[in-house]
Amino acid sequence: MNSKTESKVNITIDSMQLNVDSKMTIIQAARANGISVPHFCWHPELSVAGNCRICLVEVEKLPKLVIACATQVSEGMVVHTRSPKVINGREAVMEFLLINHPLDCPICDEAGECKLQDYAYKHSVGFSRFDEDKVHKPKRHALGPNVMLDMERCIMCSRCVRFCEEIAGEPQLTFANRGDHVILTTAPGEELDNPYAMNTIDICPVGALTSRDFRFKARVWEMSATETICPGCSRGCNMHSWARNNEILRNTPRQNPEVNSYWMCDHGRLSTFGEVNSPERIVTPLIRKGEDLVEVGWDEAIAAAASGLKSFRRSEIAALGSPFATNEENYLFRKFVQEVLGAKSMDYISRVREGDEDDILVRADKTPNSRGADELGIRAEENERRLQGIMEGIRQGTIKVLYSLDGDLGSVFETELLDKLELLVIHSPVRNGTTAAADIVFPLATYAEKNGTFTTFDGRVQRIRPSVAVLEADRALDGFSMSRLDKFGTQFDRWAKGQRRDARPAWKVITALANLMGKKYRYPTVEDVFNQMVQSTPSFKGMTYAKIGSKGLRLEGSVVPATVEAR
Amino acid sequence: MTTNGQQKRPQIRKKDLSLWQLSYIPEIIKGMFLTFKQILRPKFTRQYPEEHWTPPSSYRGRPVLVEEDGVERCVACGLCARVCPALAIEVQASETEELAKERYPERFEINMLRCIFCGFCEEACPEEAIVMSNEYELVFSNQEDAIFGKEKLLMTTEQLKERLEFLKESR
Repeated sequence: MNSKTESKVNITIDSMQLNVDSKMTIIQAARANGISVPHFCWHPELSVAGNCRICLVEVEKLPKLVIACATQVSEGMVVHTRSPKVINGREAVMEFLLINHPLDCPICDEAGECKLQDYAYKHSVGFSRFDEDKVHKPKRHALGPNVMLDMERCIMCSRCVRFCEEIAGEPQLTFANRGDHVILTTAPGEELDNPYAMNTIDICPVGALTSRDFRFKARVWEMSATETICPGCSRGCNMHSWARNNEILRNTPRQNPEVNSYWMCDHGRLSTFGEVNSPERIVTPLIRKGEDLVEVGWDEAIAAAASGLKSFRRSEIAALGSPFATNEENYLFRKFVQEVLGAKSMDYISRVREGDEDDILVRADKTPNSRGADELGIRAEENERRLQGIMEGIRQGTIKVLYSLDGDLGSVFETELLDKLELLVIHSPVRNGTTAAADIVFPLATYAEKNGTFTTFDGRVQRIRPSVAVLEADRALDGFSMSRLDKFGTQFDRWAKGQRRDARPAWKVITALANLMGKKYRYPTVEDVFNQMVQSTPSFKGMTYAKIGSKGLRLEGSVVPATVEAR
Repeated sequence: MTTNGQQKRPQIRKKDLSLWQLSYIPEIIKGMFLTFKQILRPKFTRQYPEEHWTPPSSYRGRPVLVEEDGVERCVACGLCARVCPALAIEVQASETEELAKERYPERFEINMLRCIFCGFCEEACPEEAIVMSNEYELVFSNQEDAIFGKEKLLMTTEQLKERLEFLKESR
């Protein structure tokens, strides 16, 4: 007990009496207790640099103001974060920082989410006493394939330098020169090209580092931000998906200490919304009539699938779930295949790229929900035929029907094999070799267009939410996050007429199919599917959408991985 | 609570009109006098549209983009779009390598059916790139035509000289 009290100290911050860990700095103690101290260079996940000086606080009995980020707490310490002396000091620091910072805000991508801009409103006098010219430096310098540097805007906080060194493990950035000639740079001939480089853009407190992909695409206040999950690999990084005019423009990481901390990889950020915006998207259901796939309505497509599936024996039908589909979709798919089709051949196709992984976030399994598919028995031992068996069955002609939740079988199934099938029913968001061989294609809502849950490799169930509206969705009524433009746009405004595809999440189609085939499925919303899934799957015990919230919940009995504990 | 406001008050006429007054003849004479007086005065009516009115430089006509040396001044910051209370303006920025500026409006559209001529866009613009012109004739026959793109919005500094000088003086 004695050792426990020794590690704690009593301090006072802004007349709040606190009992905090003696190893904490003032800024940590303040933050842990809901007191915000302004900061540029300090970041909770990075080492302390103490160079921006904005976190000045007054500590009684110390002669000068001290920086909260590098001052450790001690017994009896009395700290003031809002005294006149502190406010004066902060304003002076802001004045220094703004001497050479260009008045670029109107053309700066950071504007609206810029720390310097915010603090200029909160902690600055609002005008400059400085008449001299500002220092000029190169404004358009590509640091690497994804990151653009504006040297004039840099306030030399060194967050990006420390990030590359400490988190990404690749010390690619450094400062060169001195005084007001300081520039951020890479070694000659080198590039900022590590797989996590774009996190420097998020942590940059000003607009010095901006995304080359997103550059000038939109102002941040024009977009809506949706809390969702990156589908790029089985890590399940939490992210915000930013959309304007029904089109995703960028993804940014969303903090979750148990999954991705503050970070995400460049691949997840840049490559995961390509499919959503793809020109190859299937926008209406398709049915094979003769040689061609013909566009038809939903009712016709679902009726055709129902009558098609009915006309085969259960042993002739095989089913493929999908590690890209949500838990709800895979659950209902399996239920439908077992109860309605009565088929026993089921599996899913993994996408594991051996070697394409690291110790930070990236996983070799490039799907967001293979753990979920496993938990829900898509690849269960008792399945009569698994992937190899299904392929063998098709080859021999004993399996004549394939119903697939996975839109792209090309990685495993050759076209000749698919052509041997008498009926191929598939859910797919985009046109590809598999859909070309299919008989019935249901346009599938992508991860960015539906509600549901994914399960990460370590058994964390997390919610995905739609940022892009499909044809039948309504941003306001379906609880989408809405920008000002979404709220006030009418059908007459070009900026509110972004493309809406007639795609549907698979659970909806499966429900309709089951009802048509004589089994009463009543799932008005995806949450009803989830609740049913929780009831019948022990590992999901006790979960609800409300409990999962924005940070997720661990499956019953799943082990917390070592990497997370180390963090 | 009082009901005073709702009570009927008796109408009071100071004195009854005389028979002469009741005939309306004096009032008709007064009216005709005014009419004939105006006939003799110089004409005030403007023969629009043959005779065009040029408003003063303080007038807020349709907003236009200022073109200087063959390029729009606009840097596509979108502040006009943000400040616009009627959401009439849409700006799509893009990057440029050739021009002195980093970004320019790839698309700039004002929906003249939404525009309320408040002049906030002009006030918010950091580049004096969008100003209120003296043009007030807006005719279109369908909704698509009412959306003015860059080709309709661009006006040279020469054409906008008076407004730009007015802004210089009044700011």
